[in-house]
Amino acid sequence: MLIKFTGGKVYDPANGVDGEIRDIHVRDGRIVTPSAGETVHQEYNLAGKVVMAGGIDPHSHIGGGKVTIARMMLPEDHQGHEVQRGDLTRSGCGHAVPSTLTAGYRYAEMGYTAAFEPAMLPANARQAHMEMADTPMIDKGAFVMLGSDDYFLRLLTRGAHKDEIKDYIAWSMHAAQALAVKVVNPGGISAFKFNQRALDLDEKHVFYGVTPRDIILTLGRSLQELGVPHPIHIHGCNLGVPGNKDTTLATIRASEGTPIHLTHIQFHSYGTEGDMKFSSGAAEIAELINQYTNVSIDIGQILFGQTCTASGDSMRQYGNTKSAHPKKWVVMDIECDAGCGVVPMKYRDKSFVNALQWAIGLEMFLLVNDPWRVFLTTDHPNGAPFTTYPHLIRLLMDKTFRNEMLRRIHPGAQAATILGSLTREYSLYEIAIMTRAGPARSLGLRDRGHLGPGANADITVYDDNPDREAMFTTPLFVFKNGELIVRNGRIVKVVTGATHVVRPEYDRKRAEKPLKDYFDSYHTVQMENFRLHDDEIITAGCGHAPGTCGCLVVHPTGART
Amino acid sequence: MTAVQAGAQTAPASASQTHAHVTCPFCGLRCDDLEIARAGQTLKVTRNGCDKAKAGFERPLTQPMPRVGGKEVSLPEAIAAAAALIGNARLPAFGGLATDVDGMRAIMSIADKSRGVVDHAFSEAQGRNIKVLQTSGYIMTTLTEARNRADLFIIASDVHTFHPRFFERIVCNEKSMFSEAPPKRTIVFLGEGYDTSAAVGTRIGDVIQINCAKQRIGEIVSALRTLHKGVPLPAGDIAGVPRSQIEDLLARCHKADYGVVVWVPPDLDFPNADLTVHQICEFVKDLNVKQRFAGLSLGGNEGASTAVSVCTWQSGYPLRVSFATGQPKYDANLFAIPKLIASGQTDCLVWLSTFTADLSPPATDIPTVVIGSHDLKLAKEPAVYIPVGTPGIDHKGQLVRCDSVVSLPLRDLERAAGLPRTVDVLAALEAAL
Repeated sequence: MLIKFTGGKVYDPANGVDGEIRDIHVRDGRIVTPSAGETVHQEYNLAGKVVMAGGIDPHSHIGGGKVTIARMMLPEDHQGHEVQRGDLTRSGCGHAVPSTLTAGYRYAEMGYTAAFEPAMLPANARQAHMEMADTPMIDKGAFVMLGSDDYFLRLLTRGAHKDEIKDYIAWSMHAAQALAVKVVNPGGISAFKFNQRALDLDEKHVFYGVTPRDIILTLGRSLQELGVPHPIHIHGCNLGVPGNKDTTLATIRASEGTPIHLTHIQFHSYGTEGDMKFSSGAAEIAELINQYTNVSIDIGQILFGQTCTASGDSMRQYGNTKSAHPKKWVVMDIECDAGCGVVPMKYRDKSFVNALQWAIGLEMFLLVNDPWRVFLTTDHPNGAPFTTYPHLIRLLMDKTFRNEMLRRIHPGAQAATILGSLTREYSLYEIAIMTRAGPARSLGLRDRGHLGPGANADITVYDDNPDREAMFTTPLFVFKNGELIVRNGRIVKVVTGATHVVRPEYDRKRAEKPLKDYFDSYHTVQMENFRLHDDEIITAGCGHAPGTCGCLVVHPTGART
Repeated sequence: MTAVQAGAQTAPASASQTHAHVTCPFCGLRCDDLEIARAGQTLKVTRNGCDKAKAGFERPLTQPMPRVGGKEVSLPEAIAAAAALIGNARLPAFGGLATDVDGMRAIMSIADKSRGVVDHAFSEAQGRNIKVLQTSGYIMTTLTEARNRADLFIIASDVHTFHPRFFERIVCNEKSMFSEAPPKRTIVFLGEGYDTSAAVGTRIGDVIQINCAKQRIGEIVSALRTLHKGVPLPAGDIAGVPRSQIEDLLARCHKADYGVVVWVPPDLDFPNADLTVHQICEFVKDLNVKQRFAGLSLGGNEGASTAVSVCTWQSGYPLRVSFATGQPKYDANLFAIPKLIASGQTDCLVWLSTFTADLSPPATDIPTVVIGSHDLKLAKEPAVYIPVGTPGIDHKGQLVRCDSVVSLPLRDLERAAGLPRTVDVLAALEAAL
């Protein structure tokens, strides 16, 4: 069946299309170039409408144990946000940490067709995939967390050959069914278990004797050599600590040309100036990022209101527990593998610190020149729930609106930010880069995030409403694999998205020989059961027989483009 | 959907077989190092099983037919009868919930559609931790972390009785990640009447018994907190325990590199036991200001940790949840199935118990649909009985471990019992509503 989308204003940055009036054709779930005279079976007249690929969220905590701890901890945040069962949809609830079903529906209703869980602990990978399988409508995938796991740290300590380290990283990606690798407070989660309370870039882990710098560089170079498309995804040292901008600057310089992605950089861009000993480091960091083209970032913007922070960074989350609102929190040490910390948070515009955090995120968005290296995130739910994206987009696209908001925040924070002097307004083309083309390219999703022939037909159509918040809140149409799933912001068809993975080549036999001994000696799970098999993630969600549908997508490795 | 014919007497693919790396579904520890030999339809644990595992895997297979009103019927007839009961009910109650992840997913779906209530048989016990989570939170650890890192274990429940391999696997292990010659561990039994027999071996150093009723553990921990904060306490014993013993315990806590307090929520079975859990968790938090210490909660038998996890991620709320209004509503007290039965609010009980023979439905006069293991003990013939396979024996599956972090895959041991999967029965049932 050939579907034609006629006359829309198309923003497709991956193919250099900037608001041109174009027709798009879809056959069998893919965008195609039709043959001459081919019959069109269905046509959507999109004159005056804005057409983009489906949105892609490259960093959103949607699945895994810490998210479920957060859900369980905060019934008061769900109450009043219950969602009625519909003719097509299941009931659910949620504001800061929605239930899986509700999260999937909300993403689709907002024009997003993919979201990626950035912090999947190897030990918790099975559950992360279960939760993602129960997140309907959108494509999913996850980044496996390494760098505080005992096996990796002992490899580093004994100076293991780089092939051995690469084998282990690749094995972990296969075992956890991962799309990429993330490092969280490199070595710090482990150090906290040895009662270290901070670990800066060049500080030694008290037991292993290695530094965060060693860990980052080893992971970054190994992933590059393995041909994993997404660079090492770094949640750096000292999250939330005033003065951490110096660590961030040093981390950028430490990359030495190795591609790195610095995530939720807003939380890592703090200086110590002023009466409150808290200031913005955004300008300094943005300037360095503009020079270092091997670095990409996402922001982790905060927006005001109640949310919950959920992170693998047990060390820093423990440090943040004094700010918990309401006053309850969980910190966990996990399996000599990782950790987590769940701390509810209420960001207030009348708090100097929160207001400045808000401004720092926006400064960073506006000061980094290349939208291909900045992705739009709130680090859901840590900075704010993902449902605030349309509001955030308006802040970036509408200077007048932004300055109005700026005038409402704590006056001290107004005085401490250069935000009011920044006149940049993002264009729709740049928004399409930050929310589609950029993340897809960075994650190696070659057939997503664009509208060229061969792309998966994940398409979002908006009214060209000058109120960009309203525009991005309620898309006119959303198509997933060429099927209409949302009309006027309401779900009209429920689908199951795919799980995306990357499987670098490695010598499995060589990797598993020592791992088998290791698991037998120390672990409480057998190596054979630690690995997550395809049939566990394929049959879990979609009801299709293994291999007969697109619900598991293996992306190729290779040199990065 | 795969075939749901009950009693399809297909012979096993091969006469005998040995399965390695088998996960045991019969307690929350989810030991996965079992070896199980199958001869025909008989299973034998040949490596690493405890008594619970042996009792679970080795019980003889019976292959009952589904029944409606005590009369044997075909599976489709049983499903139709169950669907009629659920469909006509004002407030169906889905209880037991001893099943795997897929089974729980199916229950959530059918409860949502039929506007019912979900409540696991062990929600009361699990709720002791959840109340603490929702009021103040905690610092917890997991099995592998404790196994390798802990140098002090404070055992505040009868762990060995609930989890027969806990000591063997987590406390008495000879190898540790962090030392070629790992130091001996101090074991403190806090409470009376525990089976302490497993705390033996080369890793075990001092074993200390602090005798008090379980109801008074909270009092002792509260005294530890008070002394730790340097607040003077009136002279004399505390909960019948000499002051010197409590001071000695506090000194040991302070000396530990990584202390772990272990409890089993169902064993703290007395009124307001959540306050005991709360005291323990706050003590752990107090110590963490300067040193490292963690809680470790066990339990999770009969799929309890699986049920609460799936319920939470799908509905947003832990158990107990009602879908009566078409939205999830959470109330850990109001939606307790025993209370709903007693008050006459529920008019149909669906009881899911697919692991052991012992998790029987409560005695009640309201129409009951039992979806249960082949040998589930029934005090009274239910309106509908549908025998199903046991996850981890008759079909593959997944289960969440007691620490709610690790999940394990379950194997099909291929005894070809012809028992349908719970998820298929429930899917057919939901379709028939």
